[in-house]
Amino acid sequence: MKVQFSDVSMRFGAMEVLQHVTLGAEEGEFLCILGPSGCGKSTLLNIAGGFLAPSSGSVTIDGEPVTAPDRRRIFVFQERGVFPWLTVEGNIGFGLFDMSAGDRQARVSQYIDLVGLRGFEKSYPRELSGGMKQRVEVARALAVNPDVLFLDEPFGALDSITRLQMRSELLRIWRAERKTVLFVTHDIEESVQLADRVVVMSARPGKIRRVVDIDIPHPRDLSSRRYIELRDLIFGEIGLAHQV
Amino acid sequence: MSRSRLLPLTGIIAALAAWQIAFVLRPSSLIPGPIAVAQGIGELAVRGLLVKYVVASLFRVTWGYLVALVIAIPLGLALGMMRIGEMALNPILQILRPISPLAWIPIAILWFGVGDVSAIFLIFLASLLPMTVATMNAVHNIDPVHLAAARNFGIPLRARMRDVLIPAILPQLIVAMRITLGVAWLVVVAAEMIAVNSGLGFLIVDARNAGNRYDLVIAGMVLIGLVGIVLDLLMRRLERLDSVRWGYASE
Repeated sequence: MKVQFSDVSMRFGAMEVLQHVTLGAEEGEFLCILGPSGCGKSTLLNIAGGFLAPSSGSVTIDGEPVTAPDRRRIFVFQERGVFPWLTVEGNIGFGLFDMSAGDRQARVSQYIDLVGLRGFEKSYPRELSGGMKQRVEVARALAVNPDVLFLDEPFGALDSITRLQMRSELLRIWRAERKTVLFVTHDIEESVQLADRVVVMSARPGKIRRVVDIDIPHPRDLSSRRYIELRDLIFGEIGLAHQV
Repeated sequence: MSRSRLLPLTGIIAALAAWQIAFVLRPSSLIPGPIAVAQGIGELAVRGLLVKYVVASLFRVTWGYLVALVIAIPLGLALGMMRIGEMALNPILQILRPISPLAWIPIAILWFGVGDVSAIFLIFLASLLPMTVATMNAVHNIDPVHLAAARNFGIPLRARMRDVLIPAILPQLIVAMRITLGVAWLVVVAAEMIAVNSGLGFLIVDARNAGNRYDLVIAGMVLIGLVGIVLDLLMRRLERLDSVRWGYASE
């Protein structure tokens, strides 16, 4: 297993946030962690990122216990994670401090192309749309060539059209770069569109209710019978009747 | 001329006109009118005192203010980053803060005698505390997401200071520097009334003592106001730098 959670529990004071989570993600896998707000899914991701230590249990990556953040595994926040005082170039090159100027320039340029921001190299984040800022953040993360990406509701602040576009962008990049992705979301459709497997969590204290394999090849047809089946299965698992 | 320039100009002209009318209606009020004050400024210019006094005041402000910045910004950064230091020093800062810098005048004279150093010391004191506290608060206000990102990328400490901490606090720092410079300018005038024999503060006291020249008193006040607003406008230009504009709400 690339990323392995072993019996991870977390409490903040008297509040129990996570209970006995055991979960593995394979190399190159796209794993979605899905659950209602406050179920501890972000906490789980922060533990894997090394930003929080679990109350009990452990997380290992490539068999090594995670004790601190590491540049081999990058955390992508919502778009506010970009540095507003740096240009697009400056942001994407941020983690490349140990490279020569020339290599750095080449790498930045490569990722500007990958996320489609050619022409905006010198722009500041305040001049960009939410979706573009999110691309900058993804490019900044990929530029340091990590082997795991943690995405914490990365598209949560975007409008629904941009969100759809960003999902297919992310899938395209994921297929090109083959990183292991742990993607936290509370959006059921999003999880079924993106993931190889969806980990459905319960409300607090967060436990794994079920892990659903999404056996639909990419690109996924959002009106196919199997897509709707899996989506409804998860709706049912979360306890929603799927009616408005 | 655009509205945004025309309206302020109209305001100034109206205020001058009201002053002149009041002066004509009640000459017994002992306050000179705007024309006399303008003549007073002209007289100062001819005697070479205008430039000399403005430069003298700016000289004191520059030194007191810059020395304060050089100490306050690193101190505020250190306190902002280290909870222990902040917990130990913050109460002292908070107790010292409400003491007017002018309350230090006797001590300044005791230590440094009557002269430039005393005045500079007072400006230094007036600038030091607000800048330290503002820098500390600016560090506290950094978005934790940015600090987490910097940590995640494993940036070495020096680069983290240069690329994250300093730019993250810069917008707030520039505002604090502007406000503090305003305070420093208030204090230099008061300090010059007591501790030195040049500068705009000295001009005001001297003009009154040496023959009740109230035209020169008001000329001094007008000059203080004008220099103050020029300083403020210069500092405001810093807020337009590309790398700090994100920090201001109008963007």
